[in-house]
Amino acid sequence: MAALAELEQAYERARRDPKFHARLADLLHNYAGRPTPLFFAQRLTKHLGGAKIYLKREDLLHTGAHKINNCLGQGLLVERMGKHRVIAETGAGQHGVATATVCALLGFDCVVYMGTEDMRRQELNVFRMRLLGAEVRGVESGSRTLKDAINEAMRDWVTNVRTTHYLLGSVLGAHPYPTMVRDFHSVMGREAKAQIKKAEGRLPTAIVACVGGGSNAIGIFHEFLRDDSVHLVGVEAGGRGEGLGEHAARFHGGSPGVLQGTYSYVLQDEAGQIATTHSVSAGLDYPGVGPEHAWLRETGRAEYVSASDQEALEACGLLARMEGIIPALESSHAVAECLKRAPRMKKSDVLIVNISGRGDKDMGILREQIKENNL
Amino acid sequence: MALTFHNRPALVAYFTCGDPDLATTREVAVAAIRAGAEVIELGVPFSDPVADGPVIQRASERALRQGVTLENVLQLGREIRRESKAGLIIFSYMNPVLRFGLSRFCSALQDCGIDGALITDLPIEEAGEYIRCMRARERATVFLAAPTSTDERLRLIGEASTGFVYAVSRTGVTGAQQRFPDDARKLVQRLRKFTKLPVAVGFGISTAEQFAGVGEFADAAVVGSALVATIERDPQRAATNVSEVVGKLMGNSTQYSVTSTQ
Repeated sequence: MAALAELEQAYERARRDPKFHARLADLLHNYAGRPTPLFFAQRLTKHLGGAKIYLKREDLLHTGAHKINNCLGQGLLVERMGKHRVIAETGAGQHGVATATVCALLGFDCVVYMGTEDMRRQELNVFRMRLLGAEVRGVESGSRTLKDAINEAMRDWVTNVRTTHYLLGSVLGAHPYPTMVRDFHSVMGREAKAQIKKAEGRLPTAIVACVGGGSNAIGIFHEFLRDDSVHLVGVEAGGRGEGLGEHAARFHGGSPGVLQGTYSYVLQDEAGQIATTHSVSAGLDYPGVGPEHAWLRETGRAEYVSASDQEALEACGLLARMEGIIPALESSHAVAECLKRAPRMKKSDVLIVNISGRGDKDMGILREQIKENNL
Repeated sequence: MALTFHNRPALVAYFTCGDPDLATTREVAVAAIRAGAEVIELGVPFSDPVADGPVIQRASERALRQGVTLENVLQLGREIRRESKAGLIIFSYMNPVLRFGLSRFCSALQDCGIDGALITDLPIEEAGEYIRCMRARERATVFLAAPTSTDERLRLIGEASTGFVYAVSRTGVTGAQQRFPDDARKLVQRLRKFTKLPVAVGFGISTAEQFAGVGEFADAAVVGSALVATIERDPQRAATNVSEVVGKLMGNSTQYSVTSTQ
């Protein structure tokens, strides 16, 4: 609790400091490559025959996903707090890579916890983290995926709290993380709003984003929350079936629960044990969802749907062939929803899809799946 | 209601219920009581024991493979209560309790003769409803104090606690250790400014020396991983071995045994 209070104070002070914002903006621009383009997908739009589709290109950001927005923000906080050691959890490895990147940039020791099952399916990212100077510790307990990596990271943090900052990668965990991580990612929505106004002279009809922990979705949604005409759609991992353990659709099969310091929707059994989950995409494979998403759903501000493994894989291939963009499997879930939704919309409607990351890390999985399913 | 400490330090013994099975847990609990333990913490296995080190993590995994639930643990408590007047506390993470239903949980504690509970990941700031439920049923609410807790939080912990206060000896997770840091003594000294309740120190205690040392500044010592590891090493002789370990831990400091009042 003391560490959380310290972090909250440091964040509040930083938020009010123009120097902090200036330094962050500088790094986001000159180091990470912001602003990212909002690209009109002409061929895809024509193919689907409905709404105009715009792709927010977080896949073009340094390290290949949106994660670095948050890592840079927290990295600067670590500097202000005078700590020298940073730990993180990672699922697909993108947050781990972004954390290792920022630690190299700012000169911190870095330890990333990753489930051994995830290490196997995202080998490229493991190698990248090590190349960047981070120590990657495999977690063998539990399901050996993201939630187990978080457990281990939390154990490290409570043990080393005086010297170490836990750089949480999504809008999960105890306060101030869900708020702080959202704020650092809200630049995506601010850019998208200015960009769509310039391109179309109007707000979008709908915004679609995939939801694992929920950071890329909340980051693009946040700016539009008060624009009631904008429909917000989060896409969870439908996995390979309806049963508990076959998917990671928290709003479909879950219920309110407490996991890793957060009270939100969680996939669990009748005894309150946290369920294992499945998704072809490691980054969506988590049994809890960010509490702000639970609130947005409860208040009716956002809608939550799901896409299956199969739909995501097909959507990935389609976007690659239609627009020459290979999305991460996580983002492919948002693309899959776009394929269903756009044809039902008017030709004058505007649909923004958040491409939260690029698919290089998924080549191994894509190769396996293509062989198995003749995609 | 027996959350009083007689020995100095009194022994609070933690067990992960259902490891290797519920029958063994019942035997070891009774054996520990006969050997001098005054309070038993009945640990509810959880899928994500974030505050626990590898020993208790493994025990939880084994118990979960048996399908052990909170309901089973409450029933176990009821059975132990039939045989003993020792203090009994449910030690659980929040989610299984939430799923069971807070009000239902508090009723069950009273019904089974379990004295109270410690919910590991429930901070006092979120504990309003829980405390109300527990007070209504006269169950003890035990909370954790850490070396990093500010004085302000210690004050709130003091106000919210009944039964005793659990002072965590160090920054870290459960698990035996060699050195015993200064953190523990300082924390207890600070805590005593805010509560008159007995203070139990836990995390890392495994030797008679550490145990006696805790008695110099605290009222009780919680021993968990050392006992769980003992069971893990030889599940067939669990009760005998636990009895022996408890005896060694308490050494000459046992003047009181719960069994003497039965």
